[in-house]
Amino acid sequence: MSPETPGQARVEMRAIRKVFPGVRALDDVDLRIFPGEVHALLGENGAGKSTLIKILTGALLRDGGEILLDGRPVDVRSTKEAQGLGISTVFQEVNLIPSMSVTQNLTLGKTGGRFGMISWRRARAEAQAKLSRLGVKIDIDQSLGSYSVAMQQLVAIARALDDETRVLVLDEPTASLDADETAALFGIIRDLKAKGIAIVFITHFLDQVYEISDRISVLRNGLLVGTGPTSEISRQQLIAMMLGRELGEVESAYAAHRKTGEGAEVLTARGLGRRRTLKPFDLTLRAGEAVGLAGLLGSGRTEVAKLLFGAIRSDSGVLSLEAGPVRHASPRRSIVAGMAFCPEDRKAEGLIGELSIRENIVMSMQAKGGWLRKIPRADQERIADEMIRALAIATPDAEKPVSQLSGGNQQKVVLARALASRPRIMLLDEPTRGIDVGAHAEIILLIRRLCDQGLALLVASSELDEVVAASDRVAVMRDREMIGEIASGAVTRDNIIRMIAGKDDGRG
Amino acid sequence: MNRKYIPLATTIAVFLALFLIGGAMYRNFLSTLVLGNILADNSFIIIAAIGATFVILSGGIDLSIGSMIGFVGVSMAVLDRMGWHPLASAALMLCFGILFGAAQGWIIDFCAIQPFIVTLAGLFLLRGACFMVTVDSVPIRHDFVQFYASLKVHLPGRGVLRSSALVMLASLAVAVVIAHFTRFGSNVYAVGGDRESARLMGVDIRRTTVSVYALGGFYSALAGVVYALYTSSGYPLAGSTLELSAIAAVVLGGTLLSGGVGMVVGTLFGGMILGLISTLIIFNGSLNSAWILISSGVLLFAFIVLHRFLVSSIGLRETQ
Ligand SMILES: Nc1ncnc2c1ncn2[C@@H]1O[C@H](COP(=O)(O)OP(=O)(O)OP(=O)(O)O)[C@@H](O)[C@H]1O
Ligand SMILES: [Mg+2]
Repeated sequence: MSPETPGQARVEMRAIRKVFPGVRALDDVDLRIFPGEVHALLGENGAGKSTLIKILTGALLRDGGEILLDGRPVDVRSTKEAQGLGISTVFQEVNLIPSMSVTQNLTLGKTGGRFGMISWRRARAEAQAKLSRLGVKIDIDQSLGSYSVAMQQLVAIARALDDETRVLVLDEPTASLDADETAALFGIIRDLKAKGIAIVFITHFLDQVYEISDRISVLRNGLLVGTGPTSEISRQQLIAMMLGRELGEVESAYAAHRKTGEGAEVLTARGLGRRRTLKPFDLTLRAGEAVGLAGLLGSGRTEVAKLLFGAIRSDSGVLSLEAGPVRHASPRRSIVAGMAFCPEDRKAEGLIGELSIRENIVMSMQAKGGWLRKIPRADQERIADEMIRALAIATPDAEKPVSQLSGGNQQKVVLARALASRPRIMLLDEPTRGIDVGAHAEIILLIRRLCDQGLALLVASSELDEVVAASDRVAVMRDREMIGEIASGAVTRDNIIRMIAGKDDGRG
Repeated sequence: MNRKYIPLATTIAVFLALFLIGGAMYRNFLSTLVLGNILADNSFIIIAAIGATFVILSGGIDLSIGSMIGFVGVSMAVLDRMGWHPLASAALMLCFGILFGAAQGWIIDFCAIQPFIVTLAGLFLLRGACFMVTVDSVPIRHDFVQFYASLKVHLPGRGVLRSSALVMLASLAVAVVIAHFTRFGSNVYAVGGDRESARLMGVDIRRTTVSVYALGGFYSALAGVVYALYTSSGYPLAGSTLELSAIAAVVLGGTLLSGGVGMVVGTLFGGMILGLISTLIIFNGSLNSAWILISSGVLLFAFIVLHRFLVSSIGLRETQ
């Protein structure tokens, strides 16, 4: 790739402006994307990345500026028009329809012969073909909602790829994918690149930026900070551009000391399981200790957390908390018993979009204290402000509806809500999904600090580095079964990979 | 079996069970005669419920159905008195149904008002219009009504399919094609499943919303036509609270009120279950009609509890 990409830009965005009440989301942003390049669009949570691509893809209307496609001005007013122009998008949140089948999700608005009729035989063949390009094999007649978030993400990507695509926009497509799937996706991206498709790639994983992208543009607070070839921007420069400051030595801090299992047992599961969902497993959580939960996509990580929390019912085994065995686990009882759970799918299970940040944050405290004893407004505001500061949530104030926050900031609210209830046991499922580099390190640090204060923690994550960094012990999942545990002292990336691959079944 | 068929299978099982219970309790119950009568007597509810299925699948609700049936009836009766052929007045009323529905859909989408409110206004508006047209029961005397009543297809056994049942089955067939084999049908499921996602996937929300209420309007007008021809009269109070029976039929048919999940065929069985209950109670003879409502209510409740249970136990996803 030559540093100065010559020729006509496939997409040129000039002086794009977008204002939301109280926020200048984009301020005269210019962006040029060339055919056959992977253009990484980077920036902190709330920098304006999603807003920019939503304007390009017709999901939002711009307040100013112009867009040129192959040199001709275009006025994209809906995603349908964008699709017609060959601009395909995978939006940040999985924006598909869980109640419809995989086939329907892959072909909605795309197939249709004469008189608007659909041939399901053709649609299924098309769906099958799209998925096989990504190497995904699933039953395409089942409803999408019956698959994991990661699988849904793959389906969304498969949907965006078709023959007419000239511009492909991927907003954090790898946030919930594991290494193998990311590799498969990158293979496809390279193919598409070779075909001359212009690709915009948004991510918070800097490794992936250097692996796949040709050029980088960085946004900060709605302003374009800079654009340049990936090969000429170092990691440090990049982080400095994104954060507007250097990232401190946080990264090394959290791997510092690991605990040995000495705290009091606060949660024990013996033979806990559920038919067709999870094979029976044993697990102990101790005060002051973080247990990681590693495993590939679909290995049952999320299910373990949900089973412990009572979000799904077990049909075998016993779960005991400090107070004794739990008979009928339910989320409410778990919360009252001092548990908190951050789900991975915040859109469906985590947050209530219409409610403000403050209301979302105090929700679980409210549930714990009983609905009748209302928390005084002043206290609510104090707690919300504290959390906004602690987690650096980008918002003008605590009253903004959560649906209007950027994706990463929504994830922070999920965490804030769990933390606000001052739990003694915390279950985190993909806690840093979609969170920027600066906040990522801070959140892991926060997790460690909470442990030091005596919190028992379970961290399920598809990112091995995160599991390694955050946990004292690691339980490894494979095919809906807990296949073993890696004791503190032996928690390394390699040990986890070896156990997942099945080469080492003994205790680490 | 695909999980999405489980609610439908449950509905059919409930229908068969009720039918067999009837057969065990009364002689002559298990016959095509009873079946044919249930189909004919409930055809207008089922037709209206088919339209309501689309509206509910799209995440909306249509409360104007019953008033539409009444309005179509009195209009046809009055037009009959003015010398119109029933088929001509039926065609006019179907167009009216489409336009009225489309207008409701447009208001719902353009002004972003809840469908409940808009169609509630539609309910009052049309009922008022009924009384504007006439305050009395007006007979439809045209010869066509006799001809319509005499049309029938013989079933094996002593049963017959009357013209109302035939119209209903034909409109069901059309509805199944629309729901499952057209882009529009997919769009309806998509909008009901997740509006915002559907928009981002390129579904034209306004067009879908307007069309779905237009289709609902068409089906309720058709139900009105069938009802008027079946009773050969128009009466301004006809069809009161029928929208609720239609919604009950949709729910018994396994469609979720939250939208996005369900099947049109289920509505046929949902409507037939309601019909079966009243037939069973009429067969009994000693129970009065209050029991029809009471047992419908109990069954509706039981079914919804069962459905909830199925949803949670097999992980059949609702629309969230
Ligand atoms: N619908 C909306 N109404 C009001 N403000 C909004 C809306 N959508 C986005 N914003 C604001 O615009 C800013 C930019 O948001 P955007 O979603 O583009 O961030 P982002 O760079 O994609 O961040 P992330 O990495 O967290 O996804 C944020 O401050 C956000 O709160
Ligand atoms: Mg974003």
